Amino acid sequence: MIWFSVLVLIPLAAIVVKASGGGWHTYADTFSNSQTLDAIKLTVGTSLLVTALNMVMGTIIAWVLVRDRFPGKALLDLVIDIPFALPTIVAGLVLLSLYGADSPLGLHFANTRSAVFLAIAFVTLPFVVRTVQPVLEEMETDVEDAAASLGASRAVTFRRIVLPTLVPAIFAGASLSFARGISEYGSLVLLSGNLPHHTEVTSVRVMSYLEGGNTAAAASVATILLVVALLAIVALDVIARRVARRDGRDG
Amino acid sequence: MANHSAAVGRRSPALTWGLRILVVGYLLMLVLWPSWYVVQHTFADGLTGIQTALQDPDVQHALLLTAQVSVLAVLINLVFGVGVSLLLVRYDFPGRRALSALIDLPLSVSPVVVGLALVLVYNGRYGWFGPWLEAHGIQIIFSWPGMVMATCFVALPLIVREVVPVLEELGDDQEQAARSLGASGWQTFSRITVPGIRWAIVYGVVLSLARSLGEFGAVKVVAGNVAGETQTATVLVQQKYQNFEQTTAYSVSFLLAFAAVLCLIVVALLRPKASKESP
Repeated sequence: MIWFSVLVLIPLAAIVVKASGGGWHTYADTFSNSQTLDAIKLTVGTSLLVTALNMVMGTIIAWVLVRDRFPGKALLDLVIDIPFALPTIVAGLVLLSLYGADSPLGLHFANTRSAVFLAIAFVTLPFVVRTVQPVLEEMETDVEDAAASLGASRAVTFRRIVLPTLVPAIFAGASLSFARGISEYGSLVLLSGNLPHHTEVTSVRVMSYLEGGNTAAAASVATILLVVALLAIVALDVIARRVARRDGRDG
Repeated sequence: MANHSAAVGRRSPALTWGLRILVVGYLLMLVLWPSWYVVQHTFADGLTGIQTALQDPDVQHALLLTAQVSVLAVLINLVFGVGVSLLLVRYDFPGRRALSALIDLPLSVSPVVVGLALVLVYNGRYGWFGPWLEAHGIQIIFSWPGMVMATCFVALPLIVREVVPVLEELGDDQEQAARSLGASGWQTFSRITVPGIRWAIVYGVVLSLARSLGEFGAVKVVAGNVAGETQTATVLVQQKYQNFEQTTAYSVSFLLAFAAVLCLIVVALLRPKASKESP
């Protein structure tokens, strides 16, 4: 417990204290800096988009991994975890090699906003898959079979039977993925080019404040990041609960 | 499982194939192809690229440092992780749920913010504890203790998250039985509890190792990035790449990625064994 406080709680508290040390003044200063504001907007916007994509793709991937059988599935299962285990800086380099300047595909994403999207999509790939997969594995197919034998079409079965069971897991994965998305740093350093106002993300902003010795500003941006992450997690939790409750009434 | 296959069999092949192709294609574009490309880059001119990279003293030092920091951080996390898991599962105390939520926090905090937090507290000049520690001859920031702490912070939840569900599933019947038969607390722990959570621990350790080896943001802030002294492998990759020593960057990346994939394969091989042993 003491170790935990020394390692996690006190340092995080220090950020908040440092940021509020200058009162609202520091926040106002940070927020009125248009470069920082752009960085925050870009980060949150892209993370939201990626999270939406992950909710769809993650569910589909989990579905295929659990319900489908084909040669090479075990390999695919392994591939899902690569973005999680791969060092983020290597992830950036990996993406840069395929989508960068000497891309064999003729796609030049480096230093554009697509690069930011790509990098965040890469690092957050496992989250929804890994939260939905166990739920899908536990789920019995009896109910689906029953629904189908009573004449429900596949779409209806999916929407009314499968989806409601998966919703909490999907949203749990989404909140993890969003939190990871807004905090991503390593993979973006090389890939996005960090152009101010254009492709600079919040973490990079924090870093440059820090390197410039402006710890108060760095701390205030960091606090904003923490608050946004927290808000997103709470919001997604609320949505998931509401959806689950509504489906409970329907059924 | 019989109705499982029946359900699969009834699905239209077009949909099945469509989904398959979508998933494989997505993963191919996003993960597999780029990864393969790095391998190609690394071995573009045979083994010479890697050999040259490995002869660079900066690279040697960075790799060694990364290994040392990671192993140390994993060991600390192992002790702490198992301790916290036991605390969370076996004891009821006020603030238990808060602790459980807080454990996951490092997963969603930006590595840069982690680094910043540690700097604010342990910095030798204006940190909360830094000056005091410095006066006692302990330097944390810009030195290895800070790097170990940053790595610990980031990899903190991994072991706890693996061990807690297994502990919950095991229940404490056997532990109570052991205790009622006169086993001491330590005997109960080492003979009953540890064998039960063995695979969860191994899995958590391998995952933390992968995470620790690859930590970048937090370590970059904390370490001060002095080549040959406090530069880890990931930071070195960035620096080499930006200095246009791309072969070195790709080689070190390949080594890191290789280590990460190796960890994953170990985990994948362990998983079925674990589920067989505790059905």
